[in-house]
Amino acid sequence: MGENSKSVVVIGAGIAGIQAALDLGDMGIQVHLVEKMPCIGGRMAQLDKTFPTLDCSICILAPKLSECYRHDNITLYTLSEIQKIGGSVGNFSVDVLKHARYVKEDVCTNCGDCATICPVRGITNFFEANLVTQTAAQIAFPAAVPAAYRIDPSKCLYLNYEICGLCYQNCGADAIDFTQKDSVLSLDNVGAIIVATGLDLAEDIHTLNIYGYQKCDNVVTAMELERLICASGPQAGHLSRLTDGKHPKKIAFLQCIDSRSQKGQMYCSSVCCMYTTKEAMIAYEHDNELESYVFYIDMRAGGKGFQKFLQRGAKEYNIKYVKSKISHIEVDKDDNPIITYEDYETSEINQLTVDLVVLATCIIPSRGINKLADVLGIDLDHYDFVKTNPFLPVETSIEGIYTCGCAREPMDIPRSVAEASGAAARAAEVIKGG
Amino acid sequence: MSDKEEEPRIGVFVCSCGSNIGGLIDVKALAEFSKTLPNVVFTEDNLYTCSETGLAQIKNGIKDHNLNRVIVASCTPRTHEPLFRDCVKKEGVNEYLFNFVNIRDQNTWCHQKYPEEAFDKAKDLIRMGVAKAAKLEALENIIVDATPTALVIGGGVSGMTAAHSLANQGFETHLIERETELGGRLKTLYKLFPNDQEAQILLENLKKNVQSNENLKIHTSAQVKNIEGFVGNFEVKVEENGNIIDLTIGVILVAVGTSLFTPTGYFGYDGKTRITQYELESKLKNNDVKARDIVMIQCVGSRNNERLYCSSVCCMTALKNALILKENNPETNVSILFRDLYTPGTHYEDYYRRAREAGVVFVEYSPEKMPSVEENLIKVHNEYLGEDLLIPYDLCVLSTPLVSNNDNKALAQMIKVPLEENGFFLEAHVKLRPMDFATDGVFVCGSAKWPVDITESISQGYAAAARASTIISHDTIEVEGATSFLPDYNRNLCTGCEVCIKVCPYKAINKNEEDDIEITQVLCKGCGVCGATCINHAIIIRHFTDQQILSEIYAYGGKEV
Repeated sequence: MGENSKSVVVIGAGIAGIQAALDLGDMGIQVHLVEKMPCIGGRMAQLDKTFPTLDCSICILAPKLSECYRHDNITLYTLSEIQKIGGSVGNFSVDVLKHARYVKEDVCTNCGDCATICPVRGITNFFEANLVTQTAAQIAFPAAVPAAYRIDPSKCLYLNYEICGLCYQNCGADAIDFTQKDSVLSLDNVGAIIVATGLDLAEDIHTLNIYGYQKCDNVVTAMELERLICASGPQAGHLSRLTDGKHPKKIAFLQCIDSRSQKGQMYCSSVCCMYTTKEAMIAYEHDNELESYVFYIDMRAGGKGFQKFLQRGAKEYNIKYVKSKISHIEVDKDDNPIITYEDYETSEINQLTVDLVVLATCIIPSRGINKLADVLGIDLDHYDFVKTNPFLPVETSIEGIYTCGCAREPMDIPRSVAEASGAAARAAEVIKGG
Repeated sequence: MSDKEEEPRIGVFVCSCGSNIGGLIDVKALAEFSKTLPNVVFTEDNLYTCSETGLAQIKNGIKDHNLNRVIVASCTPRTHEPLFRDCVKKEGVNEYLFNFVNIRDQNTWCHQKYPEEAFDKAKDLIRMGVAKAAKLEALENIIVDATPTALVIGGGVSGMTAAHSLANQGFETHLIERETELGGRLKTLYKLFPNDQEAQILLENLKKNVQSNENLKIHTSAQVKNIEGFVGNFEVKVEENGNIIDLTIGVILVAVGTSLFTPTGYFGYDGKTRITQYELESKLKNNDVKARDIVMIQCVGSRNNERLYCSSVCCMTALKNALILKENNPETNVSILFRDLYTPGTHYEDYYRRAREAGVVFVEYSPEKMPSVEENLIKVHNEYLGEDLLIPYDLCVLSTPLVSNNDNKALAQMIKVPLEENGFFLEAHVKLRPMDFATDGVFVCGSAKWPVDITESISQGYAAAARASTIISHDTIEVEGATSFLPDYNRNLCTGCEVCIKVCPYKAINKNEEDDIEITQVLCKGCGVCGATCINHAIIIRHFTDQQILSEIYAYGGKEV
C-alpha cells in the first residue's frame, strides 16, 4: 500500500481516542490526536482496576500511552482544542488551539522539583478526584504521557504577577519556559475526524446532598473511592475513612445516583453495576472482614463474564445485593451514615448503619461537548451525547465525522475500544477508498 | 554472532510500579543488590520504568554505560515486554538481549502478606534473570510477505458490515455464507429496536452494499473446509455449491453468530400457546397474533445453573414485541415477568419508559420463586405485595437466550483459537483486545463472541475490519524470532519419532519429502513443548535454550557457571 497523503484528526485521547489513533497509525495513516488535558489516558487512567478481569487499569493502559507517544504516524497535541473546521469529507481543514504548557515537553525529566518548590498550594486536583490538592506545577500521575509537568497559568504567580519564578530557577533541566505562548496550528488535508470526547460525571450538589455528600466525609463518590483504593492514589491504596482514618468494615454502595431518575438524568449509566462490584471486591481484598451492601434497582450485567463476576462477588467477596432504591441518608453522631431501605423479601422498612457510603454517580457527556458540537456542526441527542443512528452507530450527522465510546452513550471499556476501532475503520474507508 | 564473544555488560532496572512493588519491598535495596551480581555494570530503581521517564533512564543507561544486556525487574512481560524490547532496540541493543524479571504479578502481588520473603524472592528472581541475561543470544524477527486479502466467515449483520468496510478500504475480500442467502438472524426478524425500523429494509441496504462492491466476492452455500498456513498467508479451502475453491488469504474474520435455544421442558413450552420470542417475531411478521392476553417471561434458560450468563438482547426484544402488540391493538394486555430489566444506556432506557407509558405491565419475579404457567393462568409471586398474582393468558412468550453454535468447536480448532466455557469464541484480552484472537491474523466480531444486538454487531463488524486492516495494510509482517529449531548439527540426534509433530499445538512441525523434520518458523510461537518432549534434545528453543534455563537454575541454587 502506498503512502496516504490524507490524515485523520482524533479528538479526545482517552482509551477510545487512543485505540482509534493506534489502529489508524498501524494502518499507515497519519493521525493528529488532540487532547484538552495536559496528558493522555482519560478516565481509564484514574481507575484502580477494571472489571471483570481485575486487571490493574494503569498497568494495561500505560503501554498504550507510550505506544501513542512513540508511534511514527501519530502526532500528539495535548492542552489542545479544536477551534475551527472547514471543508468536507475527504478534505477537512482543522485549526487546533494549543495552550502553552510553560514547560518544554522534551526537556522535562519529570523529577518533580518544580512542584515541590512551587509556593502556590491548595489547587484542586482533578485526577485525584479532588481528594488532595496540588501546586501550580502539575502532572496528573507519575506515568503520565507526555512525561512533562505543566504550569497552571491561572494560578502561577509568575505568569499572573511576574513574581516568584522559583520553579524556573530550580529546574535542573532548564525545562521551564515562561515565554511559551498559545498557538494555533492549521491542519490541512484531513480526510476524516473522530470525536472521542468521553464522559464527565454528574455532580449535582442538590442530589448529592440528599445522600449526605459534603455533609459527611464518609459519603464518597465512586470515582473518589477508585482513587482511595488505588495503590498509586492519595492513601497509597490503604482504604480508610476520611473523617477518622478507621478502616471501614461495612460499606454501602448506592446505585443510580442521578441516573434513571426524573430529577436527574433519565438514562442508565451502563457501567455502575459492574464497577460497584469491582470496587467492593478490591475493598474486600484490602480487608477480609469487610461486608458490602449494594442497593440497586436492576442489576445490569449483560457483558461477557459479568454474571459470573457478580456471582463471585456474592460468594467470595461478601457482597450482599439488596434490591432497593435509597431515597436519602442520615448520619449519626460518629459520622456513620445510616441507610433506610425496604427489604424486598419481607417488605419491612429497615435501617443499616455503615462506615462508608459510595455513590454511583451518573455518567454525563463531556462538559465541552456543546461547544465542540457547534464548532464541528454535528448534532447532539436530547441528553447532549453525540447523536447517532442505531444502525450507523459510529456516524455523526456530518459525513466524514465519526464518533465512538462515551461521547455517544455511556458504555464500558471493551465496548468503547471496539467502537473506537469501528470509527477507525470508517475513517480508513475515507482515506484508503479515496 | 559477535555478541557471543562480547563480554556481557548488564544493566538492571528495578521498578517500584508506584506502590505495587515499592510498597511491599525495598526497590532501592534491590538495585543495590543487583550491582553485586556478575556482569552487572549499572543498576537503577524507577518509580515507573514503563513511563516515558523510566524509558529515558534505560536509554541513558545504555548510552552512558555501554550496556549490551538490559533487565527490567517489574510487572509482567505479558503487557510490558514489547515496550521495553522496543526501547532497547531503538538504542541499538538487540531486542532479544532484553530480559524481563517478574517481581510484581509473581511476587509482590501474590505474597502481599509476606514482605520479607517477597524481598528474598525478588533477589532470587533477579539473580536468576542476570544469569540468564549473560547467556542470551541476539535473534532477528522473522519477516514474511502478507497477502492483502481478507476472508469473512459468516454473512450476517456483523460479517456483511466487516466485509463491506474491508472492501471499501480497497482489500480483496471473500464473504462466506453457509446458507443460500446472506442475512443470518436478521432474515427472520420483523422490526428492530430501538427505532422500530423494518429488519428487511436494513437487510436490503446491507446486501446492496456488499453486492455492489467489486472488491468483495460473495460465496453463498459455502463452507470453510480447511485452513492451513499463518497470518498473511492462510491457505483456505472453501466448498461452494459442492465445488472446492482454494483461496490465499491474509486475515480471517470470524462472524458466525449464534444459535437459538429451544426451551423444551421450560414452562410447558409447546410452540403453540407457549412460544419463544422468535416464534412470536415470525407471527408478528405474518400478522398472525390473535391473542389478547399475552404474558412474557424473561430469562428462560439463562441466568440459571446451567447457563449463568445474561443474553443481553432478550429484554429489549421483549419490550419491542410488547410495543408492537400494543400499537397493533391497544386493548391487548401485555405483561412482562422479569428479574432485572436490561436496558442500559440512553436509547434503551428511553424505550423502556415508552413501553411503560404504553401500558405494558412489568412484574418482577425472583429465581427462588419461579412463575408457574398453568392452563389459563400464570402464577407469579410478587415480593412487594407479598402474595401471588394470577395473570390470565392466551399466549405465553418465553424469552430465551442466544447460545453458541455447536460447530464453533470445529472452526475454533481449524483456526487454532480458544472458546470460553459457554462455547463462544474467546478473544485475546476481554478489556483491551476485544476483536483480536491470541492467534495472529484472526479476528472475531458480533454474537460469535458473546450475544449482542444489531447495533453492537455493526460496530464490532467495523471494529474487526479495522484490526484486520492494521495487518494487511502492509506488504510484510514481522513475527517473533524466539522459535524452536532443529539445527543441522543436531539432525543426527533426531530419530524421526514424530512426537514433536503430535505435541505441537500450532501445527508448525511436519516431515518433508526427504522424511526430515521441518519446523515452519513463522507458525512457531516458541511455546517449547517440542523441545521439552524431544527425548534426544535435538530441538533447540531459541531464547529458552537448555543452557539459558540451566543458568537460571544454577543461579537459584547459588552455583556459579
